[in-house]
Amino acid sequence: MAEREQKKKQAPTKADEVVEDVPAKSEQGEKIKAELDDILDDIDEVLESNAEDFVKSYVQKGGE
Amino acid sequence: MAIPKVLGIETEYGIVIRGGDSNPIAASSVLINAYVQELARAGASTGSSRIGWDFEDEQPGNDARGFSADGATPPEVETHLVNAVLTNGARYYVDHAHPELSTPECADPRSVVVYDRAAERILQRSMVAATTLLPDGQEIVVYKNNSDRKGNSYGCHENYLMDRQVPFSKIVAHVIPHFVTRQVFTGAGKVGTEAAGLTSADVPFQLTQRADFFEEEVGLETTLKRPIVNTRDEPHADAQKYRRLHVIVGDANLSEVATFLKVGTTAVVLSMIEDDWLTRDLLPARPVQALRHVSYDLSLARPIELVDGTSLTAIEVQWELFGRARKYADERGLACVGGEEVGEEVLRRWEMVLSALESDPGRVADQVDWVAKHRVIDGYRARHDLRWDDARLAAMCLQYHDLRPERSLAARVGLERIAADDEVEAAMSEPPADTRAYFRGRCLQRWPESIVAANWDSLVFDVGGDPLRRVPMMEPLRGTKAHVGSLIDGCESAADLLQKLEQ
Repeated sequence: MAEREQKKKQAPTKADEVVEDVPAKSEQGEKIKAELDDILDDIDEVLESNAEDFVKSYVQKGGE
Repeated sequence: MAIPKVLGIETEYGIVIRGGDSNPIAASSVLINAYVQELARAGASTGSSRIGWDFEDEQPGNDARGFSADGATPPEVETHLVNAVLTNGARYYVDHAHPELSTPECADPRSVVVYDRAAERILQRSMVAATTLLPDGQEIVVYKNNSDRKGNSYGCHENYLMDRQVPFSKIVAHVIPHFVTRQVFTGAGKVGTEAAGLTSADVPFQLTQRADFFEEEVGLETTLKRPIVNTRDEPHADAQKYRRLHVIVGDANLSEVATFLKVGTTAVVLSMIEDDWLTRDLLPARPVQALRHVSYDLSLARPIELVDGTSLTAIEVQWELFGRARKYADERGLACVGGEEVGEEVLRRWEMVLSALESDPGRVADQVDWVAKHRVIDGYRARHDLRWDDARLAAMCLQYHDLRPERSLAARVGLERIAADDEVEAAMSEPPADTRAYFRGRCLQRWPESIVAANWDSLVFDVGGDPLRRVPMMEPLRGTKAHVGSLIDGCESAADLLQKLEQ
């Protein structure tokens, strides 16, 4: 665990950075959520129309 | 001293014919022939499907533990119906019932990303070309994944050049911890499980495509009783000096960052093994169970029991390896993984991805395939209030890997790019400048009509009159642009080249 402990010892500087990062992080969180909503809004247009048949007929035999 | 990690990836793609009878072998042949014919029509020097693959030096039955399967039951019979050697130095062929593309030998992890992406582009262009050869209403569709969700798996194999001096048992002991735990950033994600006796209720979503299929720690197989460490001993290079570690445990990645980390961290770990740098024994007590345990644990928090009696989480094992790698880089340098710059980029991204996975995996939804896939599928599930065993989620799981740009889910989730479009486009036809693939690719560009067979470690020329002439390429880092670029440029013909090579 030596390396890991060494990392933990550096924690104070890292913690400072993290504190500064908080607003940016939650902004990023909002952004990611908005992006996901956008993706999901459009996704039905590209999804396979008959999921069950598609999944059933996807068979791959023999490999490697 | 660690030797340069010459690298490559070979990917078997899933294939279906839409609107037609689905014979995968025929479809794979049509796909590859369509691509080669299109190149020929466009007037490009194609490499060629006419050029044979020379199997003389291939011995897939040789075992790195020091024995040969000759005479015993062979582990597999290679069936290659169509074989094309491309001018970028890659090999594009039908392997069993899949189209398979092996990248050319690359000298660094970033170059692997570029050639792996170029391989996807080649498959995409093949799909379009094949449509023109098929009856109306039929379409060949290719998937870059590793399972059909019915217990059939196909591989994305990595290859790493290693020093023959290093005992194989030492590689096994130190690489298993990496293979078991690197899944946290290499996994391509899967809805459900294909392991016997488990259902979607037990494993609604897991990190990897492949963990369900591994049953042994070490062995020669690739299709049955798959081992975490594959022992195929076929260096495709000077066997006195080198071995090629053939890695079958990984997933095919759509994320370029994941591909970069997969081959980059593994190259660093293998270099540390060669230099006796990994002192702590991180071997899991039960590696096969641990592989699944890590893949099934979306919390990334459940510890694995190690042989030394302690327990660590997968991320903690990765931090251990990263810590050693940081020190290794500082004291020994990273020339062996393709140079300091790309090596430092591996370490930077490695540290960043581990920090993110530890605090909030959502932060790497643009870098790690399983996170990206889980985010979009779980979002869809929540929005429509679906159960995890709903066919729509399984369909999305497959469709993440659909290589048609207009259908691919991976193309819609905002994955970070490493390779630029123009360099990917160039890599479809130009070989890497810094490995022997340069010699192979350039000769195929210049004199395809004079080359009758190719292999990883030789080219066979027919320049008329004389017997066929084999040019061996037993050193993966010779035959580079620096070595032979001006020589090839200055030759009028293949005969001219052969004459100059003999001088």
